[in-house]
Amino acid sequence: MIALVHMAETEVPQNPLVPPIPELVIGLIAFAIVFFFLWKKLLPSINKVLDERREAIEGGIEKADAAQQEAAEVLQQYKDQLAEARHEAARLRADAQEQGAALIAEMRAEGQRQREEIIAAGHAQIEADRKQAAQTLRQDVGQLATELAGKLVGESLEEHARQSRTIDRFLDELEAKADSTAGSDGAESGASR
Amino acid sequence: MSADQMLAFETDCHIFDGCGFEAPGLHSFVFEPMFSIGGFDFNKPILLALVGTLVIVWFFWAAFNKPKLVPGKLQMVGEAGYDFIRRGVVYETIGKKEGEKYVPMVVALFFFVWVMNLWSVIPLAQFPVTSIFSIPLALALMVYVVWVSLTFKRHGFVGAFKNFTGYDKSLGGVLPLVMVIEFFSNLVIRPFTHAVRLFANMFAGHMLVVLFTIATWYMLNGIGIAYSAVSFVMTVVMIAFELFIQVIQAYVFVLLTCTYIQGALAEEH
Repeated sequence: MIALVHMAETEVPQNPLVPPIPELVIGLIAFAIVFFFLWKKLLPSINKVLDERREAIEGGIEKADAAQQEAAEVLQQYKDQLAEARHEAARLRADAQEQGAALIAEMRAEGQRQREEIIAAGHAQIEADRKQAAQTLRQDVGQLATELAGKLVGESLEEHARQSRTIDRFLDELEAKADSTAGSDGAESGASR
Repeated sequence: MSADQMLAFETDCHIFDGCGFEAPGLHSFVFEPMFSIGGFDFNKPILLALVGTLVIVWFFWAAFNKPKLVPGKLQMVGEAGYDFIRRGVVYETIGKKEGEKYVPMVVALFFFVWVMNLWSVIPLAQFPVTSIFSIPLALALMVYVVWVSLTFKRHGFVGAFKNFTGYDKSLGGVLPLVMVIEFFSNLVIRPFTHAVRLFANMFAGHMLVVLFTIATWYMLNGIGIAYSAVSFVMTVVMIAFELFIQVIQAYVFVLLTCTYIQGALAEEH
């Protein structure tokens, strides 16, 4: 009650919805100060940095992309090179095998040839020796036979024999016989070898 | 300070002492001038408004004056607030292309209103400057001037008139009535509600906090201590609630500002 009486005695507080003009002005000035600093100085300043940051981040992403792409390219190159190297190695190995095989074949052929040559030479030598031996034998046999006949007949038939060539003819016949048997033997032995 | 403005906690008045409870009222929002400069009286709310202005400028100066690509703590906080208003409010309502121009105003408005609200819970200050009607009214009037002049600039005189009155031929017979209502609603009621919404919320909030604070002190006697404890808990709860309301009201204030500007820029349909 005391308070109420008190209130009634003094002036009633102003209607709160009727603003004093000076306060209104102060309010506007206060806001204007805040607005001015933000508008003219501080927001442009932060906007610049925000833009720079965005660019930096985007630049970083671009750089990372580029690096990744490069890495992929290098990897591809290495893979290509490796594949090429493997291919090359395989090719070289095949070549070497081929060459080796060729070399072996050549050597074998050469060996064969040489062996045949040696054999042929041997055969020729044997033939020559045989012929010589036959020749010598024929002469010796003819002479011995003539001498023996001469001794038996008591006269020299040498002259006659030489003229008539009887001995030679006989020996040729013998030889022909021997040749025919030896030739068939030689053919058989050649086939069997 | 005259006797009628003296609050209960400024006396030794307690319950059961034969002392009446002096509830807070309109007088809780009237302050004696502390000093005058050039015939202008400075009282507590005006001083708080000016100090608040300095605090905002100081904060953004410290945060944004020499910004770094990799932000420091203060810059990070400033950027978060700035980005929230720019993206979350301006771009969302007005759009990025047209809204960019109004970002500084809206950002300044939000932080101005918020800090003025915040005084409510700052020890020793403990008074929301926005619960003095002059402050929200000044801001609302400024916004009003901005969007009304924008409407004229964008649509010309006839276009602006159509914009204000919600002119729509398809309404037929009721068109004149709608036009009168819309005109009145947009040009007279709107700035008033814009200011009152903020003012009334902060006024009521402060009233509740003061009420529970006074009651806590008043009941601190004998068995009343139990009631006092309840009242104290309520004081804390109300202060926490106020913190929330302060941000919401600042947000709503700038959101409405953006909506009005967007309406001014919108093509007539």
